[in-house]
This record gives sequence, structure tokens and C-alpha cells, in this order.
Amino acid sequence: MSNEARTQTEDAYLELQSTSEFQALRKKFRGFVFPMTAFFLAWYFLYVLLSIFAPDFMGQRVGGDDSTITVGLLFGLGQFVTTFAITFIYARWANRELDPLADALGARLDGMKEH
Amino acid sequence: MALTLPFAEATSVGSPALNIAIFAAFVVITLTIVIRVSSGKKTAEQYYTASGAFSGRQNGIAIAGDYLSAASFLGIAGAIALTGYDGFLYSIGFLVAWLVALLLVAELMRNTGRFTMADVLSYRLRQRPVRIATAISVLTVSFFYLLAQMAGAGGLVSLLLGVTGEAAQNAVIALVGIIMIAYVLIGGMKGTTWVQIIKAVLLIAGTAVITVWVLGQYGFSFSALFQDAANNSPAGEKLFEPGLKYGVNMTTKIDFISLSMALVLGTAGLPHVLQRFYTVPTSKQARKSVEWAIWLIGGFYLLTLVVGYGAAALVGPEAINAAPGKANSAAPLLAYELGGSVMLGVISGIAFATILAVVAGLTITSSATFAHDLYKEVFKRGETTQDQEVRVARIAAIVIGAVAIAGGIFAKNQNIAFLVALAFAIAASANLPTILYSLFWKGFNTRGALFSIYGGLISSLVLIIFSPVVSGKPPLAEGGPSPSMITNTAIDFHWFPLDNPGLVSIPLAFFLGWLGSVTSKEHNARKYAEMEVRSLTGHGVASAVEH
Repeated sequence: MSNEARTQTEDAYLELQSTSEFQALRKKFRGFVFPMTAFFLAWYFLYVLLSIFAPDFMGQRVGGDDSTITVGLLFGLGQFVTTFAITFIYARWANRELDPLADALGARLDGMKEH
Repeated sequence: MALTLPFAEATSVGSPALNIAIFAAFVVITLTIVIRVSSGKKTAEQYYTASGAFSGRQNGIAIAGDYLSAASFLGIAGAIALTGYDGFLYSIGFLVAWLVALLLVAELMRNTGRFTMADVLSYRLRQRPVRIATAISVLTVSFFYLLAQMAGAGGLVSLLLGVTGEAAQNAVIALVGIIMIAYVLIGGMKGTTWVQIIKAVLLIAGTAVITVWVLGQYGFSFSALFQDAANNSPAGEKLFEPGLKYGVNMTTKIDFISLSMALVLGTAGLPHVLQRFYTVPTSKQARKSVEWAIWLIGGFYLLTLVVGYGAAALVGPEAINAAPGKANSAAPLLAYELGGSVMLGVISGIAFATILAVVAGLTITSSATFAHDLYKEVFKRGETTQDQEVRVARIAAIVIGAVAIAGGIFAKNQNIAFLVALAFAIAASANLPTILYSLFWKGFNTRGALFSIYGGLISSLVLIIFSPVVSGKPPLAEGGPSPSMITNTAIDFHWFPLDNPGLVSIPLAFFLGWLGSVTSKEHNARKYAEMEVRSLTGHGVASAVEH
């Protein structure tokens, strides 16, 4: 790629970055992944902190004194459930909602570079 | 010579000859596959990333193979067998961490990088200083991770192969290193990936068999299994409650918080994990890779819960603690209890395959960083041919392999779990803040990156040196030397109370990244636009792959 062509491409990047469609894509992406990250981190550290500082609560038996299932075990298994669920939800959302927008903008960039 | 001599004095269970035969079969089969799929001359692209030709599913399986190290397989099963709840608590950090990779890192990295982690970090910053800093951090993290795996190989040997002599253990470590170098040199990333895929399938299948077998003994009743584990344990029903390992005192409590931070934030900063995202063609395939990795890794840790309690119930903590590898021997001993010598042989073979596959991944990543970031971009300022670059990468792989062998021999009595935790802590401190800032923060710049990388790296290393891990731990109550690296209790220079530095070094590195950025005026709006547009749209990835 010559220097001239590179400059043109970079200008195209600047141009695309300033479009409302691109801003919307960024907002959509961040609007999903940031709250989701905050949620799973908070939920994970809640589990860790309760295990560390509230062992009596986490050690309580679920369903009678001779049960082997503790509250903490359910919290732990809950971490697996949420991790799998977030993975499934994110992948489905990104495949359906995010990819078409991203692909369209990428294709538009190819168009802008040719002119 | 050294390999055969100590069999006479074998103290292990099972049949060392059978274990060796199964391991040898794995090596022969995988080497044949590596040679068939990938021998011959390679471009840099082929050597570092297999030209991004793997599918998301294949790569996801390979990621599981890369990530589920011996520390996961043997260490976590043992931790659950001995400490129950706390062992399970420890395992979960390794899984939840993958959400950071899924949501924030994998796809954007795939869209903006090509060969190494430094490609992304230096994208809109000043190339040379950022590449040097990143390379130092990548090599440091990989070194500690390698050391842990090689030291683990030494420890495993005494249990699984009945090799107890010092020289014989060293010989086995060297053998593991040499086979690993062969994979990397012959196969490059493509061959290494296939080894990881095969290993992941074997590991998960083997663990699933043990799990079903254990549950079968208890009529598929979890309660019966748990109850039997508690009956067998000196801790009794305390096994189901938090506290056996991390609840001893306030220091161990805070230490676990530090460790869990390092695990959750470190995974997406591990260079050999990030390198795997370049082996697929697009960000969609990178997303699919992480999806598969999460299903497999999560499923594996659920199986490990049963394996751990199964070992407590059927083998018992006393027998585990009396075995040469202590906690690490829980899973192999359980396999022996269930299926005798044959099952033990299979599990031993898988454990060695695990170490081989992980060290191969680490070596290829380190050699790519050395050849691409340091040799090509820094020393030669981009003026090299592909052939030269690949040659340097191969030489680097041999040197790294040799260092790994020497380090493994030196560190074979060290605490493996600590070495792994340290690698995660450094990755979370020195790598992750810069990765996130460069992908998400407009105001980030070169000074911020250098502050954060060096600050995170130096602070975590300094805190470790002055922690009880290196000096000053009192001898264990049950006798024996101090568990610190320096076993002489007269030498004590520790002042940092925690074993894991993450609690301090991770926030510090984030802070330094911010501080460096706001005190420097540098901002490259064009490059920022290019990086952001490419990271979100995937533009330019396909064309970058072509040449």
C-alpha cells in the first residue's frame, strides 16, 4: 500500500468513526458488555466475599441438618449457571444484533476507500 | 540409564512400564500427526498463528487443551479432595475469568492484531517502547507459567512412573522439554494446536469416565458420595463449608481475595491464551472459540468436583497426603482405585500429554514475541525477510525450551500452585490494564502504557520477593521445613503479608495507566480511529490474512 493510499484509508477510518451509525454501533456494543461485565464481577466477588467472611451462612445446610448441600455450594454452582447463561446470551445477541451492523459498516468502508 | 534404574525402588502404585508405554504411544501418535499436518518450511504467519486457518470450534477445543494445565487437572482435584468447599471455590475463578475474554478481549484483539499481543498494544502508540515493554512482560509471564508446568512434570514423575532418583527426575524433565521442542519446531502453531486438541479430548473424556465411574459406585447419588467423603475426612462435615484452606486467619482470607482477583483478571492477559485468538480467521470465529472454551472448561470443572470428592471418599486424605505428590496425586490414585493399573496408566499418560501441550503453547507464544516484537520490529526496525524471522523464532524456541528444562530442574521442589498464581497475577497487573485501556479508552497513550506495564510488572515481582512465599514462613505444624522458597527460617526479609500480590499490583497498574496517560499530551486521532473502527467492524482482517 502506498503512503497516499494509506492516508486515504485512515481518513476513511476517521470519517466512518464520526458517523452516527458507527457511534450507535459502539454504544450498542458497550451498552451490552460493560453492564454484563459489572454484573458477573459483582456476582463472582459476592460469592468469594461471602465464602470468606460469612462462612456460617455459606455453610448452612439446605433442606435439613443431615443434608450435604450447603448454601455456598449452590452459590458456586450458580456461578456455572450464570457463566454459561451469559455466554449463550451474549453469543446469540452478538450474532443477531451486532454482526449485521458491523458487517454493513465494514462494507461501507470498502466503498469509501475505492473513491 | 537414569530412566530405567530407579524402577527397582519404585514406591508408586501401578505399573510404571505400562504408564510409560501409554505415554510413549501418545507421543508417537501426536508426533506423526504433527509431521503429517504441518511439516516443511513455514511463513511467519504459518509458524505463529497457523495462518488463522482453524475453525472456532477447533480453536475452542485447543484453548481448553491449552488452559486446562496439570495444575487444573491434578491440583484442583487434589484441593477439593483435601479441602472440599475451598478447593471448589478456587476452581471457579478459572472459569468465570473467561467472561472477560469473551465480552471484552477476544473479538477486538482478533480484529486489531495479527501475530502477537504487542500488535494490539502498540497499534496506536509509539511502536518501539511499547513493543519492548510488552515483550518483557509476555516473556516474564510465560517464564513463570513454563516453570510451573516443568516443575509439575518433575513432581508427577515420582508418582506416576515410579522414578524417585534425583537424576532420573531431571532426565524426565529434559525428555519432556525435548519432545515439546520437537512439536514446536516441526509443527509450528498448526502442529501445536492439533496436540492441544487431541489432549483436550483425551483429558475431558478420561475425566468424564472417572466421574461416571465414581458416581456409579454411589448409585448416582451426590449426597451419598459427599457423605462418604466427609466420613473419610479428618475435617468431617466441615468439608462442605468454607474455611478449611482460606479461612485459617485474616491473612489467608485477604490472600484468597488477592488470588481470586489475579485469576479472574489474569486469564484474559495470558499471552499464550491471547495468541490462540489469532489462529482463527475472523472475530466471529474468535467468539465461537471462547464459547466452546467456556462450555468445555466449565464442564471440566464440574467433573473435577466429583473427581475431588471421589478421591476423598474412595482413596482418603491420609493416603493422598502420604503419596509422593500429595494433593496432586489425588486424581491418579483415584484412577488406580477404580480401574487398577490400566486406568492409572491412562490418566498418567493424559497428565503428561497435558504438560506437553501446555508447554508447547507457551513456547510458541514466547518465541513469536521474541522473533516478531524484539528481533523484527525493535532490533531490525521491520527490515527482515520472513525466512530470517522464522529462523529466529525457531532458535528462540530451542533456547526457551532449554531454559524451561533448566528452570524445571531447578524448581522441581517448588510449590506449583504458587508459580501458576504468580503468572496470573503478573498477567493481570502488567497486561490486562493496557489491553483494556488500548481497546476502550480514547485518552490512553504511550506513557500510560509504559507506566502500567512496567508498574504492574515491577510491583508484582517486588511484592512477591518480599512476601512469605520467598522467605519467613514458619515451619509447618506437622513438621518439616518452612514452606517458603528459602527454607532456612533464620533468613527472613519479608514485609508484604500476602502470598499473592494481585490485590495491590492490579489496582496500582490500572491507576498508573491512567496517571501516565493524563500527564502526557500524546494522542494519535487517526490511529485511534483506525483501531476503533477495525476493532468493532473487523475491517481489514481478511486482507491482512492474505499477504
